[in-house]
Amino acid sequence: MLQYIIKRILLVIPVVILISFVVFYIIQLPPGDYVSSYSAKMSAAGDVMTQAEMDEMRANLGLDRPVYEQYFVWMKKIILHGDFGFSFNFNKPVIDVVGQYMGLTIVVSLVTMLFQYAVAIPIGIYTAVKQYSAGDYFFSGLSFIGMATPNFLLAIILMYLSYTWFGDPLLGLFSNEYVNAPWSMEKVFDLMKHLIIPVIVIGLSSTADLVRIMRGQMLDELNKPNVVTARAKGLSEWSILWKYPTRAALNPIVSTLGWSLSSIFTGATITAIVLNLPIQGPVMYNALLGQDMYLAGSWLLFMALLTVVGTLISDILLAWLDPKIRTEFRGN
Amino acid sequence: MTTQAARTEQPLLSVQDLKIQIQMDNGVMHAVDGVDFDIYKGKTLGLVGESGCGKSLTSRSIISINPKECETTGNIVYHSESEKALNNLNLLSLPPTGKKIRSIRGRKIAMIFQEPMTAFSPMYTIGNQIMEAILIHRTKDKKEAKKIALEMLAKVGISDQEKRFDQYPHEFSGGMRQRAMISMALSCNPELLIADEPTTALDVTIQAQVLELMRELQKELGMAILLVTHDLGIIAQMCDEVAVMYLGKIVEQAPVKEIFYNPKHPYTKGLLKSMPRLGGTKSKRLDSIEGSVPMPIDMPPMCGFYERCKDRIEGVCNTKAVPKTYISDQHSVRCFLYSDQLEGEAQ
Amino acid sequence: MKTLPVFKRQKPAVISPAKTKDANYSSQWRLIYLKFKKHKLARISLVILAVLYTVALFAQFIAPYGLQSYDSKYVNAPPMGLHFIDADGKFHFKPFVYGLKSERDPETMRKMFVADTENRYPIQFFVRGEEYKFLGLIPTSLHLLGVEEPGRIFLLGTDGMGRDMFSRIVLGSQVSLSIPLVGVGISFVIGLFLGGISGYFGGWMDSVIQRIIEIIRSFPTLPLWMALSAAIPPRIPVVTMYLYIVIIFAFIGWTDLARVVRGKFISLKNEDYVVAAKIAGVSDGKIIVKHLLPGFISYLVVATTLAIPGMILAETAMSFLGLGIRSPATSWGVLLQEAQKIENVALYPWKLFPLGIVILTVLTYNFLGDGLRDAADPYKK
Repeated sequence: MLQYIIKRILLVIPVVILISFVVFYIIQLPPGDYVSSYSAKMSAAGDVMTQAEMDEMRANLGLDRPVYEQYFVWMKKIILHGDFGFSFNFNKPVIDVVGQYMGLTIVVSLVTMLFQYAVAIPIGIYTAVKQYSAGDYFFSGLSFIGMATPNFLLAIILMYLSYTWFGDPLLGLFSNEYVNAPWSMEKVFDLMKHLIIPVIVIGLSSTADLVRIMRGQMLDELNKPNVVTARAKGLSEWSILWKYPTRAALNPIVSTLGWSLSSIFTGATITAIVLNLPIQGPVMYNALLGQDMYLAGSWLLFMALLTVVGTLISDILLAWLDPKIRTEFRGN
Repeated sequence: MTTQAARTEQPLLSVQDLKIQIQMDNGVMHAVDGVDFDIYKGKTLGLVGESGCGKSLTSRSIISINPKECETTGNIVYHSESEKALNNLNLLSLPPTGKKIRSIRGRKIAMIFQEPMTAFSPMYTIGNQIMEAILIHRTKDKKEAKKIALEMLAKVGISDQEKRFDQYPHEFSGGMRQRAMISMALSCNPELLIADEPTTALDVTIQAQVLELMRELQKELGMAILLVTHDLGIIAQMCDEVAVMYLGKIVEQAPVKEIFYNPKHPYTKGLLKSMPRLGGTKSKRLDSIEGSVPMPIDMPPMCGFYERCKDRIEGVCNTKAVPKTYISDQHSVRCFLYSDQLEGEAQ
Repeated sequence: MKTLPVFKRQKPAVISPAKTKDANYSSQWRLIYLKFKKHKLARISLVILAVLYTVALFAQFIAPYGLQSYDSKYVNAPPMGLHFIDADGKFHFKPFVYGLKSERDPETMRKMFVADTENRYPIQFFVRGEEYKFLGLIPTSLHLLGVEEPGRIFLLGTDGMGRDMFSRIVLGSQVSLSIPLVGVGISFVIGLFLGGISGYFGGWMDSVIQRIIEIIRSFPTLPLWMALSAAIPPRIPVVTMYLYIVIIFAFIGWTDLARVVRGKFISLKNEDYVVAAKIAGVSDGKIIVKHLLPGFISYLVVATTLAIPGMILAETAMSFLGLGIRSPATSWGVLLQEAQKIENVALYPWKLFPLGIVILTVLTYNFLGDGLRDAADPYKK
């Protein structure tokens, strides 16, 4: 098992290196650079920069050097010093900006993930066991619509409903009085309240997806002879359901855990922009638009890493959950 | 007209007028259409027929494990000597997921299946799955259950049981898996074992071993066996009595020797002819039964074998339902060729 | 000397599917068709999609107004109802709309529109309106419907600039419905080509292509889309912008298809009948075309169909954020930008109409894909 994991990790390394270069290339792509967008901003404010000033700024920021050189400098700093560069927009190191938003991003993502699995698995089991019942049609219809609705617009609709029903659109993650308040029970409660809409919105489409996967898996498993065998042994329907089809159907679901987190991270971006959530998504969006290249690049790199690691975790989970693979390792 | 002489012995299980209907897109399928048979203690009844004739559904309906779509009517009466509460019990009247039928499944009536690979879940060890039935029916103590399971594994001829106990089904060979399946089924000393094509998925040599094992265990434990198969060779080896099924009906039923030496129904004859024989004349091709089995959907009252039958009587066989005729005490057949009714009408 | 018996080539008995009721003897495509026909939702979806695409094709003709025509008098006007019975209870054979007059809400003092029952404008068909090129070729000014000046017809209301929502949705459908098709089309070609090479030839080519796919897939889709879209230069011609976006979508989308193709190739190339063809000396190209493609082309169609909804949603999202299609071109995502503000949704809920169309389209594609998937394997129960 350990050997397998090590092999997988070694395979990941070249992928990560390539990704980092591609990331750097992509953030270079937009025409112009931070200096040109900065000078445009300055001139809009009435302060026109001269060419010399712009060149000097470029030289200071290292933007005048060729792309690959900039890349190596960036990479070197990351590997040697854990320095991801400087955010021009925030005027502080990228790592600080990321750190500032990371906590809440993780909270939102984890809660969403919990929500997804907690909702999708029981519904998936229910709709499979009661195939073609009214409940099955209801949930299947709901999950179809869930997958078809662009979630950012669902956010608007939910905000509107919350506004008309409770008089509060629940924008952001905290009410005004708590934004800068120290942590307290009330603040946590306020956060929970504000999390409802984002969690539903961000989680909806993947929940719908999971429901469909779970339902399909369950239907497969429910028709397997081992269910009949269990029944012939005299097991009760509940114990059969839990021990055989559910356990087997959960395998592929559990293995989605790895990449589900990274897909939540990224999937939340647009929703976060619409709902004005103080998490990474909007920061990234602004960094891209403002050509805040190191911030955008670090963020992209981080996302890609998360995806790679997530896939790795999924693969390992899948291997570990499968007795066939597990026993192979036990042999040696 | 001959009548059946009452057998003095009480049957262990008696299936009466069993009908299974399945609602299909294009009509109602009469998968099993009025089946009667008795199973006696310590004896083996063979249920033989082509695939799709309803033999599996029949056997499974005994412990009510058919899919929900199957609408089952008739009586399946179970006579237990050992337990008064279960004596004279109509199994079909019990709710299929209820406690009572579950207390019979696996304990009084156990079942083994055709495909031991899929009948075991790949997720759990063999030991875990064998212990399950023991833990429900015999003891709550896990240590004791494991002891029983290990004994059972030894009984079916699996060596190194301690190690085998913790292995997964994929680590077993086909024959081993079927042995494990048998040990699982017999772990609660059932009075009746239903074996649904128990050796079809196995190599011929392994087949013989498994059948031998079943016979030995039957002698030892004294259980009755309902053996469902399409293989007349197995029937000849294993059974005391045979019921030949065709298209949801038992077309002929008799002691095993009668079936082989004195078959009556054209279908039974056809089946026997299509069987290879040791020492038979060389170079002669095996006979096959012409045509294919029709779907029993919205069939008019007629003999299901009519289309394929060489001896059919037009205007009779295809116009009404075939009654059961007794050739002797224990030999019955559903064919107009032997029916008094026909003679009566012909006159 | 004996010669080997020569088997005369006999024409196989032709069994026309129409004559044999029994599905056992039908061709694969016939079976697929039969199975698809059973899937009611998929059939309905196909009809709806056909209508949507027809509308998109003749959008300029169907839309009463052009993309840019606006009337500042009618900003945020609500949808007009079609009427048959006028205020006096008189029935009119031709449906008509009422004119709009603006009033102020006595409480909030907000400007609002009310139907002016004095002015009745019957709907007219095949009227002259704004000039456009029919199917991009024939200059004409004929429109399907309209009302007489100074009347206006806003079937789905107007936006914040007084532009007719209905016209804009219809015109926007040209972009929104074609981008996913073109995008998926390009991914299909790339995916089929690279996936095919990877699966059929294997070896180092397979490894290289697999690594590339792995890397592209390692990128979280949305940020990658955002990053690439941000790289599109501002102020470029509509067509170029369209191409950029399509290429971005296809760039990411092909990996899925390539995986499907590769997987199928690998599983099929070891099938006995393919091995037999190889032993018999059939060329690679012929094996691919004759034996492999028919084996999984139906799966490809399914995978492609199921990839479309994702692209529609992505285009909508990108355009909504201002990273996709930009003014002066329009798509449903662009139209939805106005719905970004909750006040807009609260006061002018008709701005969510494009959302309804997006959901409808995605749903129908999903159902269609589902129906095709069930039909693709007609031998499976």
